[in-house]
Amino acid sequence: MSTELISKPQDSRADGGAAISVRNLRVNYGEREILHTISFDISAGETLVILGGSGSGKSTLLRTLVGLEKPSGGEIWIRGKNFAALTDSSRDELLKKMGMSFQGGALFGSMTVGDNVALPLREHTPLDESTIEIMVRLKLDQVGLSGFENYMPAQLSGGMKKRAAIARALAMDPEILFFDEPSAGLDPIIAAGIDELILKLKKAFRMTIVVVTHELASAYLIADRMILLDKGVIVANGTTAELQKSQQPRVRQFLDRVPEPEISTELDYLQMLTGEVPPLRR
Amino acid sequence: MAFTESVGAATIDGLAYVGGLARITGGAAKALFVDPGRVRKLFGRSVHQAVSVGIEALPIVSLISFFIGLIFALQSAYQLRKLGALQFVAAAVAIAITRELGPLMTAVMVIGRSGSAFAAEIGTMKVNEEIDAMETMALEPVRFLVAPKLLAMMLMLPCLTTWADFMGVVGGGTFGVTSGPFTWHTYFLATLNALVRRDILTGLVKSVMFGVVITAVGCLEGFSTGLGSEQVGRSTTSAVVKSIFMVIFVDVIFTAIFYFAMPD
Repeated sequence: MSTELISKPQDSRADGGAAISVRNLRVNYGEREILHTISFDISAGETLVILGGSGSGKSTLLRTLVGLEKPSGGEIWIRGKNFAALTDSSRDELLKKMGMSFQGGALFGSMTVGDNVALPLREHTPLDESTIEIMVRLKLDQVGLSGFENYMPAQLSGGMKKRAAIARALAMDPEILFFDEPSAGLDPIIAAGIDELILKLKKAFRMTIVVVTHELASAYLIADRMILLDKGVIVANGTTAELQKSQQPRVRQFLDRVPEPEISTELDYLQMLTGEVPPLRR
Repeated sequence: MAFTESVGAATIDGLAYVGGLARITGGAAKALFVDPGRVRKLFGRSVHQAVSVGIEALPIVSLISFFIGLIFALQSAYQLRKLGALQFVAAAVAIAITRELGPLMTAVMVIGRSGSAFAAEIGTMKVNEEIDAMETMALEPVRFLVAPKLLAMMLMLPCLTTWADFMGVVGGGTFGVTSGPFTWHTYFLATLNALVRRDILTGLVKSVMFGVVITAVGCLEGFSTGLGSEQVGRSTTSAVVKSIFMVIFVDVIFTAIFYFAMPD
C-alpha cells in the first residue's frame, strides 16, 4: 500500500497547534479490531472530513474521539490533554468544550426544541432562566430555526432536526464541533443547506470541525483536509486538492465512485437459469 | 461436564446481573444522597416521576387492592365458617394484606405501569442515540435519568402500599359487613386489634426495597437495549419478567429476615 499521503506525526505528544492528536489509536468491539493503530492531527480552526465507506470504522473513530468508545490502545490528545487519562471532572470540563451532532439528531424526544438547546446551559452554567431563553433563541437563530422553541422534535422534518441538534451542540459555545453524517438521509437541497450552515459556523466562530461522511460533494465543499479510512486504516490524509490528485488505487476508487468487483457475474445467473448451479464463490 | 459448565455460566451471568443492579443503584444513590448537585432540579424531576409512578397509579392500585381484600375475605371465610369462627375474617385479612399482599400486589402493579415504562423510555433513548448525546454533553445518564426515578419509587411505593393496605381492609370489610357478623365500626375495630405495628412496618420496609429493585431492573434493562426498535419491546418484556422475579426473591429474603431475626 502506498503511503504517499500519510503524513507522519512529528512527535509522540500533542503539539501546541493541534486541537486533536490521535496517536496509534486502536479500538476493538469485543475480539474484533475496528481501528488498527491510526495516527493523525487536527489543527485548531481546521475542518477535517473523515471519509470512508460503510464499515470503514469512521463512525467508530468519531465515537472514540468524543469518548463514547474506549480505545484498546493508543492515545487521544484533545487541547493538550490525554482524553483517556483524565479524571471524571476534568473529562466533563473538556466535554463541555466539545459539541456533537448525531446522525439522527438524537434530540430528547420528551422535551421541546428549546428545552433541548437549554439543557446543557441549565445543567452546566449558573445562568438564570431569562438569559438562557435569550441564548436559546440566539442559537436557534444561528441555525435558521428561530420561532421553533416550542415545537417537539417529532414535529420537525429531518433537516430541521439536524439543525436543532446543531443548535444544541452549539449551546455551550464549543471549540470543537463533531458531526456524524450531517447530510445522511436528507434530500440534496436540505443537505446543501446543512453544508452551508457548517461553512457559516466555520467562518463565524473559527471552530475546529470534524465531520464524518461518505457524501463526496459535501466533503469537497466543507473540508480543509480529508482523511480516507478503509477497513480501519487511514489510506490517505491530505488537503482536498491533494486527495483529488492522488493516484492511489483505493483513493481513486472511492473518489471516482468505482464499485467493488461483483461477487457473482452475469454468467452465474445464466448458469442458475440453465440449472448448472456453480459452487458459491467467496 | 456440560451441565456443570452451564450451571457455572448461569451463576456468573446471574451474579453479573446483580452486580449491574448494584452499580446502577449505587450510582443513583450517590447522585441522590452524596453529591446531589442542584437539589432543586433533581427535586423537580423527581416530582414529575413521583406523579407518574404514584399519583397516577392510585385508581388501579385502589381497585385491585379492594378486590384482593374482598377475595381474601371470601377465601378465608370459606374455612373459618366451618369452625364457626367467621369473626376472625377481619384479622386474617388485616394480617395477610399488610404483611404480604398489599406490598406485593402494589409492587406488581407498579412493575406493570412504571418498571416497564422505565425500560421503554431509556431503551428508546438508547436506540435514538439520546443516551450517547447525554454523555457527550457531560450529563451522566444515571444521575439524570435513574436518580429521580429511584427517589420517586422509594417515596411513592410505601405511600401506595399504605393506601393499598387500607383499600384491602375496606375490601375485606365489604364482605364482613354484607355477609358476616360485622358492622363497619366493629370490622375496623377487629382489624386494629389484630394488627401490631410491625405488621405494617415490615410491609413498608419491603415496599421500599421493592421500589429500589423495580427501578434498578427497569433502568438496567433500558440501558442494555440493543440496536433497533424491536429491542425496546424485548427489554420492556424482560424488565417486567425480571422485576417480578426479583421482587419475589427480595420478598423471600426480607420475610425470612423478619421471621428469624425479629421473633416476637
